[in-house]
Amino acid sequence: MRFYEYEAKALFRKHRLPLGAGEVVNSADEARAAFGRLAGPAVLKSQVLSGGRMKAGAVKFADSADEAAAHFDAILPIVVKGESARSILIEEKSPVAQEYFVAITWDGRRKQPVLVFSDMGGIDIEEVAEKHPDHVSKTHFSSILPLTPRIAKEAIGATGVGGSALNKLTPIVFELMKIFLEYDLTLAEINPLARLENGQFIVLDGHIDMEAEARGEHKALLDELGIGDDETRQARPPTEFELAGARVNAVDHRGVAGNVVEFDGNLGLVIGAGGGSLTLFDAVRKHGGKPANYCEIGGNPSVGKAKELTKLILSKPGVEKIAVMMNVVSNTRVDIVARGVVKGCIEAGKDPAETIAIFRIPGAWEDEGFKILEKYGVEYCDRSVSMYDAAGRAVAKMA
Amino acid sequence: MAGLFIDIKVAAEVAKNPETARKLEEVCPVGIFAARESGVEIVDDNLDECTLCDLCLEAAPSGSVEIIKLYEA
Amino acid sequence: MSILISKDTRFIVQGITGREAVNLTRENLDYGAKIVGGVTPGRAGRDVYGVPVYDCVRDVVEAHGQIEGSVVSVPPRFTKDAVFEALENGIQLIVVVTENIPRREVAQMVELANLRGARIIGPNCLGMISPEEAKMGGVGGPAANTRQAYAKGHIGVMSRSGGMTTKIASTLTAAGLGQSTCVSIGGDAIIGTTYAELMPLFEADPETHAIAIYSEPGGRMEAELAEWIQANNSRLPVVAFMAGRFMDEMKGMRFGHAGTIVEGKEDTTTEKIKRMEAAGISVAERIEEIPALLRKRLEEV
Ligand code: SF4
Repeated sequence: MRFYEYEAKALFRKHRLPLGAGEVVNSADEARAAFGRLAGPAVLKSQVLSGGRMKAGAVKFADSADEAAAHFDAILPIVVKGESARSILIEEKSPVAQEYFVAITWDGRRKQPVLVFSDMGGIDIEEVAEKHPDHVSKTHFSSILPLTPRIAKEAIGATGVGGSALNKLTPIVFELMKIFLEYDLTLAEINPLARLENGQFIVLDGHIDMEAEARGEHKALLDELGIGDDETRQARPPTEFELAGARVNAVDHRGVAGNVVEFDGNLGLVIGAGGGSLTLFDAVRKHGGKPANYCEIGGNPSVGKAKELTKLILSKPGVEKIAVMMNVVSNTRVDIVARGVVKGCIEAGKDPAETIAIFRIPGAWEDEGFKILEKYGVEYCDRSVSMYDAAGRAVAKMA
Repeated sequence: MAGLFIDIKVAAEVAKNPETARKLEEVCPVGIFAARESGVEIVDDNLDECTLCDLCLEAAPSGSVEIIKLYEA
Repeated sequence: MSILISKDTRFIVQGITGREAVNLTRENLDYGAKIVGGVTPGRAGRDVYGVPVYDCVRDVVEAHGQIEGSVVSVPPRFTKDAVFEALENGIQLIVVVTENIPRREVAQMVELANLRGARIIGPNCLGMISPEEAKMGGVGGPAANTRQAYAKGHIGVMSRSGGMTTKIASTLTAAGLGQSTCVSIGGDAIIGTTYAELMPLFEADPETHAIAIYSEPGGRMEAELAEWIQANNSRLPVVAFMAGRFMDEMKGMRFGHAGTIVEGKEDTTTEKIKRMEAAGISVAERIEEIPALLRKRLEEV
């Protein structure tokens, strides 16, 4: 989950990283007033989650309060990669002598955090890595041994930085490493980290990504930053339907059922798990079906969860039937899912036999599950019908 | 009230035994039994969550707990 | 022979009184597993299907001697500690079933496991099975279903999706191809053991003649496998089934496992397929194609 720049900076400030003066403004008048509180020229930056602000013209420099106000009005309506600005950050613009890059992320291969440092910051780091490999260092570090500044020192030194710059950069980079681990981040980046002409080092821009799974652990911080539970901050904002799905999933911790993605079609999908969902979604589309949603059931959700998911999908306008399909299940149980979807149909005031286009979940406890489906007259099939063909049967019923 | 799929009956004299009540509450992984002072109580809302694990049958005197699958009737 | 587990592997279940753990304990026992004890703090003295419950791993080890494995099925908040507990009590093979564990905690478990010379499978996985020998974890489900889906033979199976492990195995079994060992490795961004890290074990197992894997968009695990195969000149033919082709149309969406996030061009399905094919991995469009592809590759050997 990505933080806005002003949120990332609030977190940095909390950890005493050096930052220039600045504030978040929401109107031209506020921008004008804020300019008056800064010591000199200012920069106004659109607050969006995606990159490419500069290119889009959503970052501008102001030399006067009037100019700041005018820039506010100019920047606010700019849409960056489909995203509107949440607010504008106005900051003091200080003369920069050199820019550095520092980021910490996870290396899934080494299964350790990796610190990336460069003394050529401000520009695209991938390009630097390609053209000037000796100016980029990558240093893995332990996630269980006590963190000490020497890792930061070595990483910085590896790019050829020495003297007082090394000594001033080390505590900043070290603090960022601590922040990365403390808050379950998947990315902690400062770019650029600047040395000003007056010799001071400050954070000019930063990116923070927090692991979605760890949000609960860090609720206190999120509350402090004003990040609400309904802000998922995915590639696009969630729809009402998707938020409702997340609420279904949060009802209890037993299994997964509710991570839904909304589509335009008429065939609701109650499908799983993980890989099975991908395959089934592909199959429905190959047969010419129009899915109303993507979802994933897994980890043996409770009857209550499967029921609520079914009700949610059936409540979506335009959904006529649902297809309940999974690959051969082993830990998710056929009978538990069957109970959930049948109960969901009934509570939604619909006839399960009419509403469930196909129930194709073979595997654990299938005999028990099929008894339930039999009783309610639902069409079902076992593993002798492939996922691909089952998807075809469901699509055929929609005609 | 029974669930849509599952109903559970505990023999009257066993249901009153606080020791059995405590045991039933402890073994059931989906919270179908609640131990009260008066003995065991069935939590209706959880009935349909029964996993048919049979741990309650093992925990109580033989034959005193009965799991009824309503979809077999 | 098989890898990782055999009928003699003795293991425990941590969190044994929970809903999922109760289920998998019964399933594993029915399949012949040697579960010597279970752990749920505060529930010592109970038993689950005859398996004695203890308050901590140390007590199980004291009562039963050194134990090789543990299946960890506890809520996400307690998982790291449970894994540490197993590791610090000398357990060498740990299957972590729990999902939704933050990367930091997974990395910490893996790092401690490395320090202790132990292996973690998962998290967010269903464990593993050496057909007709033993299984450890929920893979395959109830013993009767497991016997239907899995048969002893010579194909090693690895899958990021637990369900797909069984799906691939049952497709192989139906086509007359048995399996040596099938491992559900988990789908998260950081996992204890990757495809490439299991390969040396399969490579050293004379009973394994070929490998089938399930693959999906996101992550670099297939690239790592491809590299391993090339670098080690592997004797084993590999067939991969690739799911999630439609995801190329939607970058940055979150699907399925946490690992399934398309981060950029490098991880698109098309790229991944190219990379695997370059390393000599045959890529199946549909699961049903796996057996024929395997047979073809086995004939070439
Ligand atoms: S069978 Fe298991 S889940 Fe059902 S009531 Fe008994 S103990 Fe609870």
